[in-house]
Amino acid sequence: MELVNTGAKDRYLESLLRGQPPASPLSWLNQIRADATERANALTVPTTRDEEWRFTDPSPLLKFSFQPARGAPRLAQADIQRFVIPEASSDRLVFVDGMYAEELSTHCGHEHGILVTSLAQGLSSHGEVLQQHLARHADFHNDVFCALNTSFLHDGALVIINKNVAYRTPIHLLFIATKPETAAYPRSLVVAETGSRCVLIEEYISLAENVYFNNAVTEIVVGENARAQHTKLQQESHAAFHIAHCAVTLARGANYISNTVTLGARLSRHNLHVLQAAEGTHCALDGLALISGRQLADTHTYMDHAKPHGASRQLHKCIVGDAAHAVFNGKVLVREGAQLTDSAQSSRNLLLSGKAHVDTKPQLEIFADDVKCAHGATVGQLDAEEVFYLRSRGLDEAEAKSLLTCAFAAEIIDKIPVASLARRLKQKVMEQTQVREQA
Amino acid sequence: MNNKNTLLEVRNLSAEVAGIEILKGINLTVKAGEVHALMGPNGSGKSTFAKVLAGHTDYTVTGGEALYQGKNLLEMAPEERSRAGLFLAFQYPIEIPGVSNSAFLRLAYNTMQAARGGEELDPLEFDDFVREKIKIVDMDPSFLDRSVNQGFSGGEKKRNEIVQMAMLEPKLAVLDETDSGLDIDALKIVANGVNHLIRPDNAIVLVTHYQRLLNYIVPDYVHVMEGGQIVKTGGKELALELEKRGYDWVRAEFDATRAAA
Repeated sequence: MELVNTGAKDRYLESLLRGQPPASPLSWLNQIRADATERANALTVPTTRDEEWRFTDPSPLLKFSFQPARGAPRLAQADIQRFVIPEASSDRLVFVDGMYAEELSTHCGHEHGILVTSLAQGLSSHGEVLQQHLARHADFHNDVFCALNTSFLHDGALVIINKNVAYRTPIHLLFIATKPETAAYPRSLVVAETGSRCVLIEEYISLAENVYFNNAVTEIVVGENARAQHTKLQQESHAAFHIAHCAVTLARGANYISNTVTLGARLSRHNLHVLQAAEGTHCALDGLALISGRQLADTHTYMDHAKPHGASRQLHKCIVGDAAHAVFNGKVLVREGAQLTDSAQSSRNLLLSGKAHVDTKPQLEIFADDVKCAHGATVGQLDAEEVFYLRSRGLDEAEAKSLLTCAFAAEIIDKIPVASLARRLKQKVMEQTQVREQA
Repeated sequence: MNNKNTLLEVRNLSAEVAGIEILKGINLTVKAGEVHALMGPNGSGKSTFAKVLAGHTDYTVTGGEALYQGKNLLEMAPEERSRAGLFLAFQYPIEIPGVSNSAFLRLAYNTMQAARGGEELDPLEFDDFVREKIKIVDMDPSFLDRSVNQGFSGGEKKRNEIVQMAMLEPKLAVLDETDSGLDIDALKIVANGVNHLIRPDNAIVLVTHYQRLLNYIVPDYVHVMEGGQIVKTGGKELALELEKRGYDWVRAEFDATRAAA
């Protein structure tokens, strides 16, 4: 696919748009990509003058130039062994620098009524489902990064859970970064059909502390009375940029449970858009950002209560050390007619140093009159009385603070439905809080 | 006065919080095998004294000294005091959401064992150990699985403090209003727990507002605090007299004595 429009408003985007994959044999897919490319050319990289980017300045990204990787390095199974999640070893899709690594992936679930494969393979076997859903949920028209990802759309992860299949084995989507100055456009589509169940782990990790750019888009469609549990774990290199957009659409009676854990990246932005497109849906959107140094982690959630009888629960926590900066913007929209919506949001933030910074902004827009919507935000430090209580029982100050910080994080981590992953994360939190004390 | 049996020796100790002087020259000597009751009206400085002994960071010592087993207590960090065998049962035990009570108790126990050169216990060994210890205050084992003190009633929190005391086996335990907020049954259970822990080689300072606790834990000495000082010391019968006559006469007597001197 040639980039015909050289009149891009934004030279930086123009450079990013180079090196697109060749055209697909599917005309509908080419049309989506052409539309997305057009939008990417029309839009510009946002600045802090844009309301949606008020607290997060994306300009550090512009200091680097990124190109898609050509020919992914071949990793051996041994290279990724430490990232294998025992509970999820039967269904795993691995992507290296954005490219699908068949030899590292496993898919055993097809015998049980699920499909876990690459988008490229799915396009030939399940074209109809893909045409119905791909790029139909993550709107790229007004989001430059989503448009950029979509203009590169050719491969990614595809998960389909067939009707009434309750698949309790976690499915692991693992995105590994290896090369510096690489731009990758991870793309995932998950379709949980009517009455099905699934547990997803979407994980971003890095083998080296490189500068690279991961621009991810994930679409999740939860069918009638289906239930999807989704854990996103972002552990990019601390020099990397991670900008992700996750769009979730819920059918009648659907249930979506999300846990987002943000540990890595120099600058990260996670957009989570959940659309309650039919009546009687339930969502839990929980998140934890644990950052230090000069990291910036921005979580923007958008809960769209479009239909009546929807419920949403949200607890977002940030633990911010050193001179790091956390942002949480939680928008809850209750549309006209979405009566009996029951929504509660809580943002709790722990600052571990005097230079740590958090911006938290609940944003409620309510156009129905018979609803229950609550929200609250707290920003604070470790409780001195709790620290003293622990010290009076013999723990030294650093141990006491580490224990309390871990406990603060545990409330989110304990919600993750995969035990080994929760253990690994707790270990990680403990290491990070202890390192900080010594620093 | 100072001999190997002396655990605590406080001389002319004064302390302030946020610039306000609360303790104005306290003198107290506690020897092994003794039970002391520290009584007094609200605001007399009893709880402040307990917290200063434990090293609470909100309080600044402005004068005097405190020796614990002959060492300068005031130079020790709160955790060093704890590891050296000083225990404070809190008036308002702190709730710590997200930390399971059993994990907290094990951490405290193993920290103490490490300090004493004793054997640390793994979670399974500790579970057996702690299940024995909680019997001393008739605590339901389900409280081990909950977050530290979270959602515990006042009485359950106080029992949890005594469990910690039983586990850590302090040389000197300061119980800060351990009786407050307890109904009579809970009071008996907690007092009975404490009585089991009194040994010839340790000592207890009971900070209390009311005499009723002293019906169950019988003190060797009763001290009356007033205005940041100990204004009278007597035997266990003093507590009964206070119960009958209130505190005002003690202050009047103290002022008269001082005026005469």
